[in-house]
Formats: sequence, structure tokens, C-alpha cells
Amino acid sequence: MTEMVYGSNPVRVSEPVIPKWWRTIDKWVLTCVFVLFGIGILLGLAASVPLATRNGLEPFYYVQRQAFFGGVALIVMIAVSMMPPVMVRRLGVLGFALSMVALMLLPLFGTDFGKGAVRWFSFGFASVQPSEFLKPGFVVVVAWLIAASQDLAGPPGKTISFALTLVVVGFLAMQPDFGQSALVLFAWGVVYFVGGAPMLLIGVVGGIVAAAGLVFYESSEHFARRIDGFLSPDVDPRTQLGYAANAIQEGGFFGVGVGGGQVKWSLPDAHTDFIIAVAAEEYGLILVLAILALYGVIVVRSLWRLLPERDPFARLAGAGLACIFGVQAMINMGVAVRLLPAKGMTLPFVSYGGSSVIAAGITLGMLLALTRERPRGQMSDVFRRGR
Amino acid sequence: MRTPLRPLARILQARQEGLNPDSIEKENLRIRHEALREKARARAQFRLVVLCASFVMAFGAIGARMGLMAATEPVEPRSRAPGAEIIAQRADITDRNGRVLATNMTTHALYAHPRVMVDPKGSAEKLAAIFPDLDAKALERRFTDGRSFVWIRKILSPEQMQRVHEIGDPGLLFGPREKRLYPNGSLAAHILGGTSFGAEGVHSAEVVGVAGIEKALDARLRDPAQGTKPVALSIDLSLQATVEEVLAAGMSMLNAKGAAAILMDVRTGEVLALASLPTFDPNNRPNPLVDKDAEPGDSPLFNRAVQGVYELGSTFKIFAAAQALELGLVKPDTMVDANAPMIWGKHKIKEFENKNYGPLLSVSDVIAKSSNVGTAHIALMIGPLRQQAFLKSLGFFEPTPLELIEAPGAKPLIPKKWPEIVTITTSYGHGLSASPMHLAAAYAAIANGGVMIKPTLLKREGPTTGVRVMSEKAARESVAMLRRVVTEGTASLGEVPGYEVAGKTGTADKPKKSGGYYKDKVINTFASVFPASNPQYVLIVTLDEPMDTALSETRRTAGWTAVPVAAEIIRRVAPLMGLRPKLEPVAPDAVTAASN
Repeated sequence: MTEMVYGSNPVRVSEPVIPKWWRTIDKWVLTCVFVLFGIGILLGLAASVPLATRNGLEPFYYVQRQAFFGGVALIVMIAVSMMPPVMVRRLGVLGFALSMVALMLLPLFGTDFGKGAVRWFSFGFASVQPSEFLKPGFVVVVAWLIAASQDLAGPPGKTISFALTLVVVGFLAMQPDFGQSALVLFAWGVVYFVGGAPMLLIGVVGGIVAAAGLVFYESSEHFARRIDGFLSPDVDPRTQLGYAANAIQEGGFFGVGVGGGQVKWSLPDAHTDFIIAVAAEEYGLILVLAILALYGVIVVRSLWRLLPERDPFARLAGAGLACIFGVQAMINMGVAVRLLPAKGMTLPFVSYGGSSVIAAGITLGMLLALTRERPRGQMSDVFRRGR
Repeated sequence: MRTPLRPLARILQARQEGLNPDSIEKENLRIRHEALREKARARAQFRLVVLCASFVMAFGAIGARMGLMAATEPVEPRSRAPGAEIIAQRADITDRNGRVLATNMTTHALYAHPRVMVDPKGSAEKLAAIFPDLDAKALERRFTDGRSFVWIRKILSPEQMQRVHEIGDPGLLFGPREKRLYPNGSLAAHILGGTSFGAEGVHSAEVVGVAGIEKALDARLRDPAQGTKPVALSIDLSLQATVEEVLAAGMSMLNAKGAAAILMDVRTGEVLALASLPTFDPNNRPNPLVDKDAEPGDSPLFNRAVQGVYELGSTFKIFAAAQALELGLVKPDTMVDANAPMIWGKHKIKEFENKNYGPLLSVSDVIAKSSNVGTAHIALMIGPLRQQAFLKSLGFFEPTPLELIEAPGAKPLIPKKWPEIVTITTSYGHGLSASPMHLAAAYAAIANGGVMIKPTLLKREGPTTGVRVMSEKAARESVAMLRRVVTEGTASLGEVPGYEVAGKTGTADKPKKSGGYYKDKVINTFASVFPASNPQYVLIVTLDEPMDTALSETRRTAGWTAVPVAAEIIRRVAPLMGLRPKLEPVAPDAVTAASN
């Protein structure tokens, strides 16, 4: 009666945004990200103090900065994760376009911070590394193109995306930044692989890559030395790798104790590329395995949730984002335990670095958005299954 | 091209019924699209599972590796230099009795890792205080300009090392170094030569020979297969010390510029002592002369005994006499024309101080009195071809085969053409230049009964064989003639009671660089053999520009300079070598009376 008298409540056409987000989001991955970020801050308390001391700053300067950037990254992640796939695609394309322009402008306005590679834009209080922001957008664009190519009478997305990849790799190699180039190539490869690359092609490309590696090994002194250093059983203890290996051994299973680590004083990159060594030394194998498990859960669970996905774009983009995230972590830790040749790569969410953590927030936000539970396909799909 | 509408049967039917076939076409497209997507999804599902599995395996491998590393005990960091290990060990060198001439000592090199230095400025100042030759400012600049590695010293003494330790900077590091040590200082310096560092790394450095036997036998000394088995030289340390001592004293008394001596065993060819003065300390080798005009002989590094190629003067006369005896042209008492001056073409052959020993002299007297004219006539009897062949067989046409790196470079200077005038001058030692080592080898051939043996610096086990260059009889008669030089001739100061010294003096004017000869610069040589009745040793003594001013007149002949020095050497070394002096037989009665 009340409705009849006062008019009916406006009918909700859809659920409220936040509850819907909470219902459909992958809470496991979300939790893992928060825990990883917490571990990053915890390790930063240990690993970045020597750097701050060296630079004459207060001891926890870098921790504060990391907490600030991390907060921003988490907010960005949640905001992005609320978007529907179409919005993710638009954001990705826009982000890619912007960071591509930034990447092209690097040779003109960039700075190398005395490290020999022009990778950053310096803005006084902070610096921005466009290649970090390029990756998620790039994955989205490639996924879009390849998904579109699967349509009947769709555009030749595979060819276009490959051309795009070559352009991006070219710009990255110009800096030079071979690590990011390799990551971009890998991202394209994953998306193409999931999007249905012919097996024959995969075999041929694998062979070519092996041959190219051999040629590089023969021709490039720098490259050969890296590989030799990796293959030789003895590691010079005066290299970063040597320090890292020693730190892992010193730490043992339970670590030398909070604040008791020594490696952070010797390693210039203790707070970024070799933060896993600091973790291993101070907190032992336990924490390292926990970190590994967190990354494993994020990657595997995201991929698993994409299995029943019917939208090709969401599937491809999600797979690409999960894989670049996982591979970055894998390379970082693989280098520390000498399973992989030395290559600078940050540990997402854990390593210090504003660009890195915010880009990781965007990546994970997109991934979370793409792995949210959605109505899958049409009733016909359900019926067809029975046939 | 027009694509046919599908499925054609339904389209045709629809057309017949007047319906729009487009909707059928669209429906068909949708179904095909669905099927395609379904296929792609199935494939993607499988590939996503593959990706999942790869990630699980990769993370698992990292975790396992991490666990393995955590489970191993950390070892003390021990780095290994990349590439081949530098072979630092070097065999010792000993004398013939096993006394050490060269060995290795472990010392340390000092280097710095400026990036881990605590106080570069303070450390630089303290280092400069320890090593006065280092400049604190320059050192500090090298420590702070961003480089990661700086060599500071190649060799540290233990005291210096301790003082560097006391600076206590973790960026100052020590690398072990083998240092070649010559415990006898300058003794036998020219034989040993010296060493320096070859390839250098932080953890070791190669020690390579730079001169003398260290360089000549470098491969053997560094051969890992031989281990550290020492190399025994033919040198006897006591004899070497005695020879050097007497030679140095003689050189300073006679105001000579340089001197050289060779003591050699005539049967084995072993060089027992080889000295060249002035000398140097192989532990701290002086730098070679940089002045281009300087003569190599001005450097103490110059080995006069082996590298010094001189005209050896009258010491050559015995070769003409010996060959004439060997060929049966003369006997020791054959009289030859010695009427001076002798005119040969436009040349005039004179005797020393324009004397005239003629008109006739026996061959034995030609040698004893050192007659140029007499020797010239003997040489003319032999003729140029046979003379050349004989000198060649005595080794005067080739560098000596001694185990010194300098030996192959010391080529004798041989006249390009060999007319009879050259036969004449060569017979008394002018025109052909050779080293004292050549002379020692040739005299050894006369002394040991006519066999040319290879001189060596390495210890030989037992006697050696060589090429016979003259009969034993000719050799014995030649030694007898040489003995007369000491008893009755020019080398009367060379008599050492009991040791029957035989020998031949030689005084050669020094050639000018511009050509011609100096009037007052001579090289005096005494080539001796002892004991004459059973020759066992050859001793060559050469003095460069000596001057005997002891009596009122200045004497520059070998009889007054090289001969007394050689006699003193023989007097001292003969007992050391266990040579029994041959004294006048004592009457048996006298011995009995004394003992009663």
C-alpha cells in the first residue's frame, strides 16, 4: 500500500558498485597483493637504510616514499579493478598511447641518472620510467588486436600486433633496455600463444632464438662474459651475485634475525634488484618461500580463473598481464639464486621504486578487473554442452 | 569476388519463398563464429593450463634452489680469477754443489678497492708516509675518481705490509706474490740475469726471466712438469766469489774500466766461474741505458765475458803455431824468419815497440817472445783456407752455445774477404773479433789434447765428447810452448809456484768507433792453462783499458796487467779445486830428520 500511495522505490537496475566489486573480485589475489606490499615495506625497513645513510637522508626516507607510492598504487589498483573489461581496454589503449609518446620523447627530454641508459623523465621530487607504464597498456592492445583477429572478417591483428611489438622493442633497445625489451617480446609471445599460435611456428621461433643467442654469445664480449659468469660453478664473491649467494647461505632456513643482515651494506641494489637476498638473509628461507608462494598464487589463480572465460579479449589480456607479472618476479628471484643469467629486474610490489610499484598496481588492477566473475556467455552455451 | 551465401539450400529455398536471405546468412555467420570461438576457447584453455604448469614448475625450481642454497653452509668467499691460472712457481737455481743461487720468496702486492675504502684521504696520507716515493695527493685522486681498482705496490716487505695492515682500511688489500730472490746479491749476476713480472693478477703473478740464464732457461724453470726441481749450474759459488773478488781488486788497482774472467774445466766444458765487472744486483736490476750514443759496454748489465766481442791480440798466435805443428809444417824448434819489420805489399808488420827478434827464431820462441813477424810467416805457410777452416773448427765463426740469452747475440766479427794480409793479421789476433768465451773454448781444446768441446753453464755428469781438431801430440807441444811463455817469455809474472801455469798474453788496441785504433786504449788478455803437465783448467782474464802505474812508467801490456791478476786468481782457486801443487821433490832424508 505504501508504494501505491507514495510511489514505488526506484527499481535498481544493477547492484551497487562496491558490493558488486567485492562479490566478484578475486579476494585471494587481492589479499596476496596486500601481503606482498606489506612484505615490501618490511624489507624496505631493512634494505633501504644503507642507501639512505649513504645519501645523507634520514634512515627511513625511502620507506616513507615507498609507503606513499605504494598507497597510491593500491588505490589505483582498486580503482582500475572496478572497471568492466571494455573500460580496461580503453584505459589500456590510452595508457599505451601516452606511454608510447613518452617513450619516443625520452631521447629528447629523458635523463640517465648517470647509469648509462636514458630511461627516466625527471620531475624534481620523483622520476618516471615510461617503459614500466608501457607494459600493461601494451598487453591490453596486443590482446585486443589478436582477439579481434579471431573474428570472422576481423582485422589482421596478429600481423599488426607483431609490427607494434617490433616498434616498441626498437625504442626500448635504443635506451638501451634489453630486459624490458625481452619482457615486451615475451608478453606478445604469451598473448599470441594463448590466442592460438601454430605449434610449428613456436618450434621454429624457439630454434631461431637459440641460434641468435649463440651468435650473440660469439660476437658480443659483454654478453659472453655474462653468460660465462652464469655458467661457471664458482662465483666471484665480489660481484653482486656473489654477495647475494652468500646472503642466502648465511640466512639458512630461519634467517640471521631482523636487522642482523650484512648483505644490504655491500649490495648497491639491495633495495631493488636484490631485495630477495636481503629477505633470505634476515628472515631465512621461510619468508622467501612465502614470497614465492604469494607470486605463485597470484599468477596461477588468475590464469585458472581465465580458463572458463568466454570473452577472447579478457582471456588474452588477463593471461598476458598475469604472465608478465609472474615472469618479472621469476627473473628477479631466478637471478638471485643463479638459475638465470644476471639481468636487472625489479620484484613487483616488493622492490623499491615509484614507477615500478604504480605500474604493478595498474597491471594487477587490470588483471583483477579481467578476472572478476561475470555472467559467462549465453544459455545456448550451457545447452550446447549437453550435445 | 562475390562470396556465395551459405547454406545455399536454405538460401535458395528462402528466395523461392520470397523471403530475405540475409537473416539466414547472418544466422549462419553467427553459428560459424560461435563454433570458431568455441574451438579457440578449448585451445586457449589447454594453453593456459600449460602456462600455469610452467609457472608452478619455475617457481618450484626457484624455491628448491633457494632451499638447497639455504641448506649449504656458507664458505669463506674464495674467488678464482677467470681464465687460466697464472703459473707462479719457478724452479730454484743452484750452483754445482747445491748452494742456492736463485730462489723464490713469498711477498705481497698491495692494491686497493677504492669503493670500499673508509677514509681515502687519510689512507692516502698514511700510505705516502710508509712509501716515501708515493705522492699522497696523486694517490688520493686515484682513490676518489670513481675507479674500482688501483695497484699501489708490486712488492711489499713484511714490515711494510704490517704497517699497511695498521692503517686498517678495508679497501687496502694484499695479493700474494712470488718474488725471485738472489741470496748472494751481485755474485754471478751476469750468469743469472734477472726476472720481472709477466702476466699479473690479484692472486698471483707470473715471474719471467728477462736476462741471463733466467731467460734462456725460462721454459724449463717454469715447466710445471718439472715441478720445483732445481736447476744445477756448473758454477762453483766459492770459485765464483774468489774470481770476482780478485778481479775487482785487480781492476781497481790497474785503473781498468772493466774486466772479465772465465774459469773453465777443459775436459767437461763446464764453466766454473764467469765474471764480468762492473756488475749489478739481480735482485734490483738497473735499467738499461737509454742514451743512444752510449756504448753497451758502459752499462753494468753488459756481460763482457760473453757479449764483449774484442780483438783478442797475441793470444791468437798459439792457434797458428798449433795448426802448423798439426800439419807437420814445423816442429817447436824449427827456425822461422822473424826479421822485423816485415814488408807485405804496402803493409809493414812491426814488433811491439819496434823491436827485432830476428833474423831467425824457433817456433817456440816466436810464441814465448810474442813475435808478430814470426807468427806471420808461420801463418803464410798454412795459408788462408786452412787457417779459416781451423779457426772455424775452434768455434770462432759462430756465437758460443752458452746457455745465456745474450750468447747467441754475440756474433764474432769476421773479415769479409780473406786475402793473405788478413791471414797475417788474424794470426796475431787483429781483424777477427771474438768474445773471451770463444777464447776459453778454443784454449780448452788445446789444453785437453785437441778435442773441441761445447762450453756449458749447466752441471755435467762426467766427461763429454767433442770433435777432435788436432792431434794429441800437437796439443801437448802447444801447451809446452805456452808454458815457456810463463817461464821465459812475456808472462813471467804469471808463475804460481806448484801450479805450472801456461798461457799467452794478448794486448790489442781498442778500435775507434770512427775507424782506426786508439793509441792509449788497450784490451789486455791473458789466456792461461794449468797445470801444464796435465792441463785441467783454462782461465781467461780480460782487462779493459788497464794502466799499471806502480813503477815510474805507465805500462799497458798484458804481461803487467792481466797476467798478475790471473796469477793471483790461480793461486787462490787452485787449492779450492783440490789441485795438488807440484813442488820440488823433498829429499827423503830431510823428512826423516825432521820427524826425529
